[in-house]
Amino acid sequence: MSAPAGSLLAAVDLRKAYGSTLALDGAEFSIHPGEVVAVMGPSGSGKSTLLHCLAGIVPPDSGSITYDGRELATMSDARRSALRRSEFGFVFQFGQLVPELTCVENVALPLRLNGAPRKQAERTALAWLERLEVDDLRGKRPGEVSGGQGQRVAVARSLVTGPRVIFADEPTGALDSLNGERVMELLTEAARSANAAVVLVTHEARVAAYSDREIVVRDGKSRDMERVV
Amino acid sequence: MGFGVALLLLSTALPNVLSARHDREQARMDYTYDLTEPPKADDTLVISDVDTTFRDKDVRGRLMEPEGPRAPLPPGVSRFPGPGEMVVSPALRKLLAADGSALLRERLPYRIIGDIGESGLVGSQELAYYAGGSGLAARVDGSQTARLTEFGDPNPTTEEPDPVLVLLNIVVIVALLMPVAVFIAAAVRFGGERRDRRLAALRLVGSDSRMTRRVAAGEALAGALLGLALGTGFFLIGRQVAGSVELMGVSVWPSYLDPSPALAALVAVAVPSAAVLVTLLALRGVVIEPLGVVRAAKPARRRLWWRLLLPVAGLAMLYPMVGQGRDNGDFNQYLVVGGVLLLLVGITALLPWLVETVVGRLGAGGVAWQLAVRRLQLSSGTAARMVNGIAVAVAGAIALQMLFAGVDGQYTQETGQDVRRAQMQVGLPDGVPMAATVQQFADTKGVRKVTALWEGYLGDTSWDTETGPGLSTELTVGDCAALREVAKLPSCANGDLFVLEGAEYSVDGPALNRPGRKLYLESYGRGDVAEVTWTVPAGVGTARSITDPAGSRRGGFLMTPAAMPEDVARTVRGELYLSVDESVPDASDHVRNTAARVDPLADPTNWTATRTSARYDSLRTGLLVGAVCVLLLIGASLLVSQLEQLRERRKLLSALVAFGTRRRTLTMSVLWQTAIPIALGLLLASVVGITLGGVLLRMSDTPVGVDWASVLAMTGTGAGVVLAVTLLSLPPLLRLMRPEGLRTE
Amino acid sequence: MSIGHTLLGLLESGPRHGYDLKRAFDEKFGHDRPLHYGQVYSTMSRLLKHGLVEVDGIEAGGGPERKRYAITDAGVTDVAQWLATPEKPEPYLQSTLYTKVVLALLTQRDAADILDTQRSEHLRSMRILTDRKRRGDLADQLICDHALFHLEADLRWLELTAARLDKLREAVTS
Repeated sequence: MSAPAGSLLAAVDLRKAYGSTLALDGAEFSIHPGEVVAVMGPSGSGKSTLLHCLAGIVPPDSGSITYDGRELATMSDARRSALRRSEFGFVFQFGQLVPELTCVENVALPLRLNGAPRKQAERTALAWLERLEVDDLRGKRPGEVSGGQGQRVAVARSLVTGPRVIFADEPTGALDSLNGERVMELLTEAARSANAAVVLVTHEARVAAYSDREIVVRDGKSRDMERVV
Repeated sequence: MGFGVALLLLSTALPNVLSARHDREQARMDYTYDLTEPPKADDTLVISDVDTTFRDKDVRGRLMEPEGPRAPLPPGVSRFPGPGEMVVSPALRKLLAADGSALLRERLPYRIIGDIGESGLVGSQELAYYAGGSGLAARVDGSQTARLTEFGDPNPTTEEPDPVLVLLNIVVIVALLMPVAVFIAAAVRFGGERRDRRLAALRLVGSDSRMTRRVAAGEALAGALLGLALGTGFFLIGRQVAGSVELMGVSVWPSYLDPSPALAALVAVAVPSAAVLVTLLALRGVVIEPLGVVRAAKPARRRLWWRLLLPVAGLAMLYPMVGQGRDNGDFNQYLVVGGVLLLLVGITALLPWLVETVVGRLGAGGVAWQLAVRRLQLSSGTAARMVNGIAVAVAGAIALQMLFAGVDGQYTQETGQDVRRAQMQVGLPDGVPMAATVQQFADTKGVRKVTALWEGYLGDTSWDTETGPGLSTELTVGDCAALREVAKLPSCANGDLFVLEGAEYSVDGPALNRPGRKLYLESYGRGDVAEVTWTVPAGVGTARSITDPAGSRRGGFLMTPAAMPEDVARTVRGELYLSVDESVPDASDHVRNTAARVDPLADPTNWTATRTSARYDSLRTGLLVGAVCVLLLIGASLLVSQLEQLRERRKLLSALVAFGTRRRTLTMSVLWQTAIPIALGLLLASVVGITLGGVLLRMSDTPVGVDWASVLAMTGTGAGVVLAVTLLSLPPLLRLMRPEGLRTE
Repeated sequence: MSIGHTLLGLLESGPRHGYDLKRAFDEKFGHDRPLHYGQVYSTMSRLLKHGLVEVDGIEAGGGPERKRYAITDAGVTDVAQWLATPEKPEPYLQSTLYTKVVLALLTQRDAADILDTQRSEHLRSMRILTDRKRRGDLADQLICDHALFHLEADLRWLELTAARLDKLREAVTS
């Protein structure tokens, strides 16, 4: 089975084991530019591992991941890191904002990792904070802002480099529903307007409802609901 | 914490170690320093000092010959070894049995009949033996061989303590203890964040703020008590371990490491109360809410003035003693201790301010730099605490190094020995056959050249009178080649005689050079033998004295062997100056073996250009040993706290790696994060150390000079410890950075 | 809930008398509302007419209660189709879904598939509602939210059931 034509990021027959636990057992995935795909499934089903493999954070044991025509599964760590810096964006549930940097510095961080000068990076970062309606937080540190605000800062950070794929792992997991929805709205809107694809790992239906389609992971196997029906 | 307490106990035991070693040393002292030697009786013992050196290890050796049934036994020895037998220290027994010790076995050809007990040794690793001798009585000379009725220094407290040495002693101990104390204070704060969370949980179930504080204090107390118990355990274990190691030639018995009760009690009280105090102080700036700990919104900016007060007060306490020197009586110990203490404590007060101020002003830089600086800005206190211990240790060490370097001149003597002309000297007892002996040494492996000079003293009257001779001078016997080492000889043939001009001290030679004059040879205190005389013949040539291998210009008469009457040979002592090929392995030991074969009392020594006072030496060694121990332990605990910090940030690190941060960037940021406070700490330590060193030098009335090499060495050591800690924490850091850290649920 | 499909599904495991069918239905699905005999017979005659069941045999004595029914191939296909078709997300869906899951388990079909399909259907509705909510005014938002919460509750039930399929299989097949 090969990746569907026209997909930006596609995975075929992924296998990944952590010790004796099989986290992925032949999972498939594909996403098109500008598409929002929810990855659903019970906890421990391998959703996060799938996201980590797709994002090139961990290499799979076997199988192939193609991003924009390049094979990720066998790419060196340095090149995968470079790809993550420049083409991907990330939003996690927690533990992602550097506590000692201010919000604007946090958002500017990916740009600076790519070598942008500080001033310019922070200007761009501020624009994104404005777009996510949290520009008043620019000088605050993550410890001084609420969970929803922090998550918006994180979303701004994931978008700041103009990534083509955004990986969001339970981005609203730590938020109440109102804040969670707002974050999802901002995330999907920003992504759509930038024609960025979003891989959204969640177990919440209301969050998944912001996606265009969903795939379900169970026992390390994936099921693309669109193609089944 | 446990380590800190152990270290503290160890430090309190240190003074004891020195004095215990000293006491043992005194108890087995076998010199009479007495002009009136006891007559031979049934309670006397003749003992000869036959210390030797094997490779670079010193071996204490004695030959003993009891003269009656009530002869005194040295401490730790249960019976006298007979001729050809010896008792040895356990360490020497082991060394003799070792593979590479053939040369030593050859030198000590005695049968081992027993061990020297602990009471006869100053350290567990000391190399010592007592062998049975014979015919020693004939060689009693009051120095190398003596007749005793008891061991031990007859008047033990004769030596007036040198005020400068006492000063050094105090400073060494304070400088060693301070970092440990600082370290313990920091250890109390380890795991602070976890404690905060625990306290918040307590608030959640309904304890009020004051109760929570009490709980925190109680926890600290319990922790301190546990640390105390652990520390005592570590100390007891360490004590046993200490018994089996040797550091820079010093070994100890576990029993020496016996903290004085007062100091131990002080530790037992001070540690827990300090722990509680530090905890309460730490909690002062935070509000513990049920849902977490809130740092007081804007932590008060650190103020400089009271922090400066400490070192200034310290200086003020030391100032009155400036210029006192060694000749104006003792230093006020309390003022010295207080002053040094305040200066060093001043570092711990100043460092947080310095770190905060400097870090607050650090700006632009790469991402790694930014991450490090921002983290430091947020928690400069933690960073400062991490390096406080090292800074204090380094400051103390710098001050001491300066002090040592400064007083170096006072305690290091030029020996005058010219190590280019000869590298070893062998003193031969009198009566050793000349030619054969020289040949034996010349045949020894590694010996290039032997310069053999036999030396005696000539007087114008008998030496056996109350006042001794009015005029006296040296007599040197040797072949022409040897004599040319001490004088400029225009011509020389066997049978020639010369008198020396231009001598440094022994200037009576020319005056005594009257043909027909009868001169008396000194007979080394052996009154029972008829005094040898020598009549100055005619035709004594004149020669100019030159600097001999031992570094002096001698005077008196030079004799070639043919010109020496038979009986004179009995009264002169051989000194052999050996030029040794140091590239030959164990050359020195081959020479020592030859010397032992010639006569067990022969005294081979290796030449050095300088010699330092033994007490000063041991102090310096103690400092080095202590500083190394302290730095190592602080380094180990730094590593622990560093790892703990990293683990707390594991999720963040994984997330940063996930969005593409280079590992190098994170590693560099960790390095900066330690390097910046360390650099500041070492800078401050250098300033305080140099100041303290300068003041101490002024106090001991020594010209102030900064020994930059040692400043660099000490700061380098401190920096090295930090670098090592960072390097050691890298593997776990890299492991933490793996994306598995993201798998949290 | 379709009683016809349910009875058909029950027949898949083997021919039964009408009385047996009622008892099996009551036992597995009719916890609070037992089926009337009349309902069984009228349903069966409708199924007969459509050719989904056939009369397997009539025992002596006559009367409708003596007929033994068996499912036809057309009937099996009908059941499969019914199970595979997600229900329109609406309130009080559970009993139908529950019936479907149990029937799937009884007939060795993949019950997880049913749940996944249903979730997909629910999500489709939720997407539509979410989209409407994003465009609409506050009133729209509140109305949509109400529906969304109900759908979410259904989905939670789906997830929970999915997680307990093994236990359920044990319970219904024992």
